[in-house]
Amino acid sequence: MSIMIIGAGLAGLSAALTLAEQGTACTLVSAQASERAQSVMAEGGINAALNTMGEDDSVANHVADTMRGGVFLADPNAVRGLCAGAPAIVEKFYALGVPFSTNQNGIIQRNFGGQKKKRTAFVKSSTGKMLMTALIDEVRKYEVRGLVKRLPHHRLNTLHIENNTCRGVTVTDTFSGQNITLSGSVILACGGMSGLFEGLTTGTTQNTAEVAALCLEQGVELANLEMIQYHPTTIGISGKRLLITEAARGEGGRLFVNRSGKPWYFMEEKYPELKNLMPRDVVSAEMVAVTARDDCEKQVWLDMTGIKKKVWQSRLSDLRAQVMHYLAIDPQRQPVPVSPGIHYFMGGIRTDAAHRTSCKNLYAAGECACQYHGANRLGGNSLLGAVYGGKTAAQTVLQEAQPIDPIAPCADIYREASPRFRAAVSNILGRYLKILRCESELLQAQSELNALEPSAQNAAEARLLRLAQATVQCALLRRESRGAHRRTDYPDTDPACQKQTVVNRTNVFYRDIPKETE
Amino acid sequence: MKLLIEILRQADAVSAPYRQTIAFEAQPEDTVATLLTELNTADGLCDTNGKPVGTIHWQCSCLQKKCGSCAMRINGVPRLACDVKLGECKNGKLLLEPLRKFPTVRDLIVDRSVMMENLKAIHNWLEQHAHHSQKAADLSYDASRCLQCGCCLEVCPNFCADGSFYGAAAFVPVSRVLSQLTKDKPQELSALYKKNIYGGCSKSLSCHAICPAEIDVEQKLANSNAVAVWKRYFK
Repeated sequence: MSIMIIGAGLAGLSAALTLAEQGTACTLVSAQASERAQSVMAEGGINAALNTMGEDDSVANHVADTMRGGVFLADPNAVRGLCAGAPAIVEKFYALGVPFSTNQNGIIQRNFGGQKKKRTAFVKSSTGKMLMTALIDEVRKYEVRGLVKRLPHHRLNTLHIENNTCRGVTVTDTFSGQNITLSGSVILACGGMSGLFEGLTTGTTQNTAEVAALCLEQGVELANLEMIQYHPTTIGISGKRLLITEAARGEGGRLFVNRSGKPWYFMEEKYPELKNLMPRDVVSAEMVAVTARDDCEKQVWLDMTGIKKKVWQSRLSDLRAQVMHYLAIDPQRQPVPVSPGIHYFMGGIRTDAAHRTSCKNLYAAGECACQYHGANRLGGNSLLGAVYGGKTAAQTVLQEAQPIDPIAPCADIYREASPRFRAAVSNILGRYLKILRCESELLQAQSELNALEPSAQNAAEARLLRLAQATVQCALLRRESRGAHRRTDYPDTDPACQKQTVVNRTNVFYRDIPKETE
Repeated sequence: MKLLIEILRQADAVSAPYRQTIAFEAQPEDTVATLLTELNTADGLCDTNGKPVGTIHWQCSCLQKKCGSCAMRINGVPRLACDVKLGECKNGKLLLEPLRKFPTVRDLIVDRSVMMENLKAIHNWLEQHAHHSQKAADLSYDASRCLQCGCCLEVCPNFCADGSFYGAAAFVPVSRVLSQLTKDKPQELSALYKKNIYGGCSKSLSCHAICPAEIDVEQKLANSNAVAVWKRYFK
């Protein structure tokens, strides 16, 4: 059997390791080295009901928080698998050498948004980087043993799909321009769609959205594209949004706005149970609401001055260094101005609980896949979802992969959208796919995107534009407010819309969410 | 601010390099990474001789000092483009060149795969479950932050891409694994460390000063020597 993994971040590495541990070889394709993947930027932690904090945590609690946080739009069976698999994943990373903070009971866990128990294992606020370093080292062992063959500096050129069956890929070496065509099963693990919102996200420039665009063009279904997470605490810096990790609030940071000249800790007043740690969609929407009030200033602040010095040193030293470097503000001494920014894409390539896409022999995992997070992702569930998703996809491939006849070499020249075209698309989506949306603005977005069609210079630009249009179509279809999708013209959550929005080459429609099985 | 930008360009791996100078109005608070993005989206940009600039090829990813992708020589010093603000440029001049210790691919892009190959050659992985201790936890955290950007190798007097000395880009990650080994289960890593790092380092420690992640590189070298050479394992 021949297996190709597209993307070498956490999900791709997890898939590669799962295959290698079973003695199965794979080809691991990435545009840059794993050290450059967006996974290294994940900060606050990874969720697992380890129950080390004396709070009677359980897998059932983790499932309940994840489903409620996602406003019941995720597949409950997939979420149950994710949460049940989480403790073993964190224990494995500890065995691989990740220096999680520990005490006499085991791995320490911190509070995180939308969760009623301390459930987030962490290494300061560099958890993603720590997991990645350990996983890169472990996969390296299998590279030397010949089970993982890396194709670094390669991009996906074409998916070879016939009769809704994927037969392989053609990838292009970005250094030499040479193509390589490989037949076999394919796992896509290529990250979220930040490339639709260039300069407006906390993510990397490498998550270009070109693979999602290629999938859509080739008939693979995408889902829930309207579910775009705005993280409440980001700051605009040169060329991007800088994330202030949710761990800052998990360790005691407080949001306030000046109202009639006095600080108003609005989250604490409105949500006395979880306060500043309500799910991200709720916090971001509240920030928009308070700054729109006549009696409030337009800036929300994150006050971390009450966090103890010891916590800063042991758990947040890297966050402080980052804020001081990019903002010249010492967060230990003065509040930091924050505003919501695009951070995560809950939608993407539609997968089932086993990480199959709508196309046979094609699988997807990590942020590129629509799975686990429903209408809003909880902090700490992205690292978990990437590792568990990669592992699950690989296990499914191991069960299903069949020999595939070699496919003819493909000589198509790799094309990408120009920076100017990307900027034009991002400009439109950024203006209209905001935290609060309404039909008239979404129709305006559609109209402006349609007007861009004649300026698409190549196939890559045409399909990127089509992906942008599909995203707006999903947002138009969902006539309700749920999680990250807030419609001013449909402000209520509609039980009839508790479905996935699905888009394919020709249609956008609703699909039922799987029923919970025993 | 008015900026005069000189870029060492090269069309591909085999073409001759050439210098191109561009006059550009920039913001002092912007980074070199943002400047390169702006240059690549500017309408009809020409150099000081009136020649079209075209796309300037460079690599980036996180844009916030967490991935090491955008390492290049900036005014003669290897740094991350996302780390350098234009206000730092003295006399309004900015010189951008690719790292010299690695083969140039195109313009400011170099092939740094030798770093990953060296980590394979030195067997940098755990053969057993990690042994955790408080001292090892602090060291592991710091060592695991290595970006594999290559800045340390650029300034190292002992490293060359086809040589047998692997430099700080290897011994910093290696120190993480060494700190989690136990005396009763040694690994081949120690012997390879002696051959490819201990034996070739002249202790100039230029790597320590240049690290954009501000890793305590000197400490990693000392701790790795202690484990691999002197068999003083972490308890």
